[in-house]
Amino acid sequence: MTTRTATSLQAKPAPTPTPETAEYWQAAARGELRLPYCGVCEQYVFYPRAACPTCWSTELTWTTMSGRGRLHSYLISHIAAPGFEEDVPYAIAIVELEEGPRLMSSVRGIAQTPEALVLDMPLVVDFEPRGDVMLPVFRPGPVDDRG
Amino acid sequence: MARPAGGAIVGAAETTKLGVIKDQSALELHAEAARLAVADAGLTLNDIDGLATAGLPVITVSHHLGMRPRYLDGTYIGGGSFLLHLRHAVAAIQSGLCETVLITHGASNRSRIGRPPRITDPASPPGQFEQPYGAFTPPTLFPIGVLRYMKKYGLTHEQLASVAVAQRMWASKVPRAMFRDPITVDDVLASRMVAYPMHLLECCLVTDGGGAVVVTSADRAGAGSFPKPPVFVLGAGEACETSMVSTMRDLTTSRAFVDASTAAFAEARLGPPDVNHLMVYDAFAHLPVYALEDCGFVERGQAGAFIADGHTRPGGTLPMNTNGGGLSYTHTGLYGIFLLLEAVRQVRGEAAAQVPNVNVSMVQGVGGMFEAAGTVILGSHDAYTG
Repeated sequence: MTTRTATSLQAKPAPTPTPETAEYWQAAARGELRLPYCGVCEQYVFYPRAACPTCWSTELTWTTMSGRGRLHSYLISHIAAPGFEEDVPYAIAIVELEEGPRLMSSVRGIAQTPEALVLDMPLVVDFEPRGDVMLPVFRPGPVDDRG
Repeated sequence: MARPAGGAIVGAAETTKLGVIKDQSALELHAEAARLAVADAGLTLNDIDGLATAGLPVITVSHHLGMRPRYLDGTYIGGGSFLLHLRHAVAAIQSGLCETVLITHGASNRSRIGRPPRITDPASPPGQFEQPYGAFTPPTLFPIGVLRYMKKYGLTHEQLASVAVAQRMWASKVPRAMFRDPITVDDVLASRMVAYPMHLLECCLVTDGGGAVVVTSADRAGAGSFPKPPVFVLGAGEACETSMVSTMRDLTTSRAFVDASTAAFAEARLGPPDVNHLMVYDAFAHLPVYALEDCGFVERGQAGAFIADGHTRPGGTLPMNTNGGGLSYTHTGLYGIFLLLEAVRQVRGEAAAQVPNVNVSMVQGVGGMFEAAGTVILGSHDAYTG
């Protein structure tokens, strides 16, 4: 771990993929949100791993998500994580994908306020560079007609 | 109905100082609490043959205290670790692995003297799927489900703030509490925003301190050879759900709270109406809300109103967090030992804000950020034999 001074602007933390998550991050680099799907349990697995946590089947199929979801919950941090000094206050969100899984993410292109960030508002995935990878984030999306 | 042979706490102590401690390391806070707890039990170092701890390695604490234990437990789930240590110690004593277990805690979380660093590996699940989004400390993670809870059940900001108000009422009666001045809901809502919807007064303190308990068999405790009234372990449970709060199955309920408390009530053959006094790990104001529902004290969605209506305050029907809690008393990072110590004081009848006739006290601890849980139900000799 490198020592950093309090005044220097730090890089935002970047994930280090593992063999089990490499496809998730490689897909993100192509602009796709992909997750393993368990055909036995008929559910997606988040975070990606080698076996389904419900039935332990290793017959998982990497599947591209629609990228559509809804804002399930969030908080707005007024304290800066290392690298987020110029971002405060910033929202940390839980997005529920229309396929079911929920994941933590950021919501871009909208004020980071309780007034703007309304629970269950529709979102679409986007990607932004972070270190050596592309990071899935979300933006307000069109209201889909499936409710 | 006679209970199975169990365990009891026969010694309990906090460090002499609590809050901001500039002249003791984390390790020495473990050690001072250990010495005071063993003395409280009327015992000496040579009487202790088991050691359990968290925060620092069990070997480090053993060596520092000059011990040669034949039972070691370094179980770590976060702040509630000590509740698991107590459960494991009772089982170990029952099965003959040892006779008397010391459980220690010490932390220099505020002054950071001899405090291990906190690092999240960028290849770990939280390192890949939480930390890149600016989530890095408990305030940026633990309350992530509160807005969903508020939308689902109609919990108001004022009700959430009332958790801090109720606990400050208790703290005002406790000389060792760090914050004792009464506060109002308006004061809470006017305090600095830390992580919306959590204001500063809805977040726990950051302090230095330590605590320890001494556990032995219920038979030996009941024989009456200890200076203080023994506090019996009536039941206990432990559980875990997730390594990341963002992947809880349901952001409005802790499965670990449900599982651990269900196991504890079953072992104790008791239910929520039997509990006279409740200690809930309150790193943030929403934890007591979740715990009251997940442990079955109130129906789903009712905890906010229950607290706002005063039921957990002094004179209420369910006195809760009577030391002032992590919000007002102290919070050393691994706060769980202080839950146990206040429950012990209440059952002994020696608490600063004593509740009349506490026969059954329940302690609900969390591990990490809704990652795990430990529950312990403690009781007086009457509750144990009754």
